[in-house]
Amino acid sequence: MTNNRIMQVQDLKVHFDIQPENSWPWTKPLSLKAVDGVSLDIFEGETLGIVGESGCGKSTLARALIGMLPAREGKVAWLGQDLTQLDKRSMRAKRQELQMIFQDPLASLNPRMNIGDIIAEPLQTFFPNMPKAERKQKVQDMMAKVGLLPNLINRYPHEFSGGQCQRIGIARALILEPKLVICDEPVSALDVSIQAQVINLLMALQKEMGLSLVFIAHDLSVVRHISDRVMVMYLGNAMEVAEANELYTNPQHPYTKALMSAVPIPDPMIERNKTIELLQGDLPSPINPPSGCVFRTRCPQALAKCADYAPALQTLPDAEHQIACHLIGP
Amino acid sequence: MLFKSRQAVSQLAAALADNDNAVLEGRSLWQDARRRFFHNKAAVVSLFIIGLIILFALGGSQFAQYSYEEIDWLALSDPVSLGRPSIETGHYFGTDKLGRDLYARTVQGSQISLLVGILSSLVAILIGTLYGAASGFIGGRVDSFMMRIVEILSAMPFMFFVIMLMVMFGRQIILIFVAIGAVSWLDMARIVRGQTLSLKNKEFIEAANACGVSQWRILVRHIVPNVLGIVLVYASLMIPGMIVFESFISFLGLGVQEPQTSWGALINEGVATMEIALWQLLFPLTFLVVTLFCFNFVGDGLRDALDPKER
Repeated sequence: MTNNRIMQVQDLKVHFDIQPENSWPWTKPLSLKAVDGVSLDIFEGETLGIVGESGCGKSTLARALIGMLPAREGKVAWLGQDLTQLDKRSMRAKRQELQMIFQDPLASLNPRMNIGDIIAEPLQTFFPNMPKAERKQKVQDMMAKVGLLPNLINRYPHEFSGGQCQRIGIARALILEPKLVICDEPVSALDVSIQAQVINLLMALQKEMGLSLVFIAHDLSVVRHISDRVMVMYLGNAMEVAEANELYTNPQHPYTKALMSAVPIPDPMIERNKTIELLQGDLPSPINPPSGCVFRTRCPQALAKCADYAPALQTLPDAEHQIACHLIGP
Repeated sequence: MLFKSRQAVSQLAAALADNDNAVLEGRSLWQDARRRFFHNKAAVVSLFIIGLIILFALGGSQFAQYSYEEIDWLALSDPVSLGRPSIETGHYFGTDKLGRDLYARTVQGSQISLLVGILSSLVAILIGTLYGAASGFIGGRVDSFMMRIVEILSAMPFMFFVIMLMVMFGRQIILIFVAIGAVSWLDMARIVRGQTLSLKNKEFIEAANACGVSQWRILVRHIVPNVLGIVLVYASLMIPGMIVFESFISFLGLGVQEPQTSWGALINEGVATMEIALWQLLFPLTFLVVTLFCFNFVGDGLRDALDPKER
């Protein structure tokens, strides 16, 4: 990890218009605030983990970063250029540098294409004039790199296991040598032993190719293992961003604390005596989020001013630790 | 014993290592489906019989002793005894009530019926697939607008529409194609649209988008090959429907124009003389029924072969 910032996101908002059921076509649609003002930086060669419960906007944020979803407001500066302002054609050209790995390994591969064609598809899109032999060579090199036998090039996705399919997905994402790869829960559909293989492969490839990764997962231990920095999200907002070990050993935000207390510890003695800080209530609706701090309705330590205005993401004095909470700081 | 098996294993390993550089061939879903289809005996036999009927329609006139419009005056003088099917007179299938050779007329009728069945299915599939795929793929308002058009069209009384066309433009075979094709693409469009909608949200389409593949290529390379299976099954079940429909129109006397004929028109004539010359009904009827059976068996076989849920 270097200090070379490649992506700077400022106050990114992604809202979806929802037409209420049985309404007239001209009634004003409701707005679902999936991501509501997130700012973050991504540095060259680092892994940024994003955690949070289901429906907190992790995947939406990740897709908005690479321009797969339109941003309502805010800036996504990629190497100094604002991606949200680009037209379709120049955005498509940028896709070469921004790639994605998907959750369901088998569903992300077209069942009618053999894997040679699947992995070669990005090459075909960006270098249509590349000779066939060279393309095949590149595909086979990439297959070897992700740990697939190159002579399986003519097989079809249904002939592979889940872990192998995920390797095919990784090969497809990396064949254009991108700079940033979004991993949207790449291991949650795999069983534990395969998870470890895929994660180690990702880490090795990251080192070799100097990739930056944005890694989304539900499994907090996996995120800790792979990430340099971790961002905690809640209802479309960033709650806390910190260096991975710092966040796991010294969580500051009440939500992060509750989240961390739920991480299972592989020691039955400690695990038995552990208390999990259960949060009361359910995740509020992102169509009508609470005023002020979005977490205040479930926060055990909410103050009066939490309802009045939202806390800004501020950097703690001991560097590399940002937090959005009224309890901490000024 | 143990030693021997270990030796065998090491031999196998060596053989595998030799093979390491050879590219292993995979088996695509199409190849899988083809294998399953050819394991289905009823479907294969039906396909063979359809082939024979098509050959009969194309080359059967080579063996006819008479043309399909020529009247055999001798047979006309006594249709029940001289006009019955026999090899000697050259009327293999007998004659119709006007003394024309039924064999030649059946060949001619087969041409028309198969042509109507296959061509109007093709028209319906082409329009329906493109319309449905476009509607589902574009989505949003365009989709609902296009689907409302389909609903309006399918609300029109189809039979009435055909009769109007026939009355206004005369009885031309081309009009039958147009009339049938123009109405029967509606179901096809609905089916393809539904499939496209469900495919559009699959992750591999999103992956293609993330790779920067153009919308047109996504439609052609990712969506169409995946709906093709359903289209194929539906087409094979649509052809017999078309043939029956043409026969129905001809039976009502609105179909092909004399002296041309079709299975439906022949059956219509045969029904009138059923009590004294049963063969005039039986020959065209047999062809129609066998063809319908065979197309339905082939369609069933295709469905079993292509349906991924069977796996």
